[in-house]
Amino acid sequence: MTNMCPTKTPMPEQAPNVRNKNFDEVASGYTVEMALNEAARCLNCKNHPCITGCPVSVPIPNFIEQVVKGEFEEAYKVITTASSLPAVCGRVCPQEAQCESKCVRGIKGESVSIGRLERFVADYHLQHADEAVEKPESNGHKVAVIGSGPAGLTCAGTLAKMGYSVTVFEAFHTAGGVLMYGIPEFRLPKAIVQKEISTLKKLGVDIETNMVIGKVLSVDELFEDGFEAVFVGTGAGLPNFMGIEGEGLIGVYSANEFLTRINLMKAYKEEYDTPIIRPKNVAVVGGGNVAMDAARSALRLGAENVYIVYRRSEDEMPARNEEIHHAKEEGVIFKLLSNPIRVIGNDDGKVVGLECVEMVLGEPDAGGRRRPVAKEGSNFVLNTDAVIIAIGNSPNPLIRSTTEGIEANAKGCIIVDENTMKTTKEGVYAGGDTVTGAATVIKAMGAGRNAAKSIDEYIKSK
Amino acid sequence: MFKILEKTALNPSMTKMVVEASLIAKKAKPGQFIIFRVDEFGERVPLTIADYDSEKGTVTIIYQKVGRSTMLLDTLNEDEYILDFVGPLGVPTKLDGYKKVAVIGGGAGCAIAYPQAKALHNAGVYVDMIAGFRNTDLIILEEEMKAVSNNLYLMTDDGSNGNKGFVTNALEQNIKNGTDYDLVIAIGPIPMMRAVSELTRPYGIKTIVSMNPIMIDGTGMCGGCRITVGGKTKFACIDGPDFDGHEVDFAELMKRNITYRTMEQTAREKECRLIKNVEVN
Repeated sequence: MTNMCPTKTPMPEQAPNVRNKNFDEVASGYTVEMALNEAARCLNCKNHPCITGCPVSVPIPNFIEQVVKGEFEEAYKVITTASSLPAVCGRVCPQEAQCESKCVRGIKGESVSIGRLERFVADYHLQHADEAVEKPESNGHKVAVIGSGPAGLTCAGTLAKMGYSVTVFEAFHTAGGVLMYGIPEFRLPKAIVQKEISTLKKLGVDIETNMVIGKVLSVDELFEDGFEAVFVGTGAGLPNFMGIEGEGLIGVYSANEFLTRINLMKAYKEEYDTPIIRPKNVAVVGGGNVAMDAARSALRLGAENVYIVYRRSEDEMPARNEEIHHAKEEGVIFKLLSNPIRVIGNDDGKVVGLECVEMVLGEPDAGGRRRPVAKEGSNFVLNTDAVIIAIGNSPNPLIRSTTEGIEANAKGCIIVDENTMKTTKEGVYAGGDTVTGAATVIKAMGAGRNAAKSIDEYIKSK
Repeated sequence: MFKILEKTALNPSMTKMVVEASLIAKKAKPGQFIIFRVDEFGERVPLTIADYDSEKGTVTIIYQKVGRSTMLLDTLNEDEYILDFVGPLGVPTKLDGYKKVAVIGGGAGCAIAYPQAKALHNAGVYVDMIAGFRNTDLIILEEEMKAVSNNLYLMTDDGSNGNKGFVTNALEQNIKNGTDYDLVIAIGPIPMMRAVSELTRPYGIKTIVSMNPIMIDGTGMCGGCRITVGGKTKFACIDGPDFDGHEVDFAELMKRNITYRTMEQTAREKECRLIKNVEVN
């Protein structure tokens, strides 16, 4: 029987004033009963528009059909024909802008909660599956993947399933890329990421940490070592700063640094040595998911007042609605239409405030977003002891600056053929933030998957 | 895991370690650095490479026991392993095209200045090595530095080696006596590098300093190591660690480097108690 309830089965989550003091996951996930209830909302309609909204084309109605039957392991198998990291995607994909935005149920009421169902299936599998993963038969070909974030892991997983011998090179001491250093524990538990990675290892993927390709080995040396193709998924690079006075003061962090100290280096746990400033009042500059992550992390470190400072209005914010909603619930204060013009420091070089100016929205710019214009004489100061800059980053320069033949555009993004993910150097493919600039986990995964298919065709055609 | 092949105490606070790291040894050049992490709970700490042997596959580091991480590193012995050791990071020092160079090391900085002097000396360049220490007991690498320089000037703050003064005194005297250096390399505490840069500025002598700022990944991701050079934001991990001493904003750098000083002190006390407890038990 189809469940005709117009709204999604609610997700159980920690109360805002409880969760803003701990790093445990906000949402605890559907129970079996909730999952069955939500899956029954899917009409299994003929055109399955949801699939077209998914960057990796997960056969969504098929997996939901298995959930309806209570065949959760079967549902997992269906998802993993398309996605290498379902427990991650179920949590961090912007489903409201992708699969769920196309759902027929969304026309009158709320769409089916595809993301929550995906997460349920993946978590069920991680809790119940036996450890044995069938290792595909080797086809004798070697592929190198540089970077172990969502793009690299997806590319590696897809190729491993085809029988390729894949080695992933990671610069950090732990694999996972942005899933480990960037996205906080309370949105994506690190144990989940590591379980997904261990599944890939069981498929035969070899992960080499502490390997900065471009420094310790060049891309050309990888080819000399017998790798027949190379995928570059090196992700985010240099964080952008605003170029305003005071960005060198003590207490000014890039969001990358602040989040890495907390997520990868576990500064919030007593037993770790990682130092971090625990500010009382914090301004986070930016309006994306990373800004929300930084603001919510600052609350959990014990900050009393956390401000999001964003120069446009909430409508223009690039962050997911869910993240904005969660941040507000937890007590983050939104200073919208405010643009920082100076970080103020004391004699010791420590941050004591952020001077901003109020903005009004003018004409739309080339991208269609209304351009903010400063309101003269509207300057005000937020008293803060830390400022976290979350206004994006440029792609990591290490590979293109050390490899001849890989071309990049003026912004430093590696140039690829959009369909094949092939770079300007033979045998080298790229995807993820290093190609697009800051984007989403699932887009990076889509690129990794496409690249894997192209690499397969390339090697077979040799 | 990276095996410690040799460990030698150079003085009461400085230790030399030779570490098995063949891939890094094959690529390392003077001026580059590694990042180490002692154990699962440890920080990622950058250290400039003091020496390397591509044949033997070894990398030498020299560290001063100043914080929790270097003290923790010092608890490891020969045949034990460092959990993480990554490199070679940063841009190698450009040493080509110079004829007469003053290489200046201050304290632990001599460990990094030495390979620069060695590379220049081996390339047939005239090298004056000027090394400064607080007192004579702290002097390290005296024979090594002597072997790779035309003249070695050893200075002590308190004069306990019979040669009282700062490295800048020796440098100034040489310049005034007419030594026409075309490059000065200064590596050591920030105030020393700043003083050397201020001294050479009016003479227009190109001066390279080596930065060792706060850093996490070392590959251009976190932005923690940013410094202001010539009014522009630069990242020590991928643009450096070497920079033009006449362009570096030293005042800002000095402040940023003490961001975690109070926390470091607390951590160090915690560590001392830990070590004490072990000894009592």
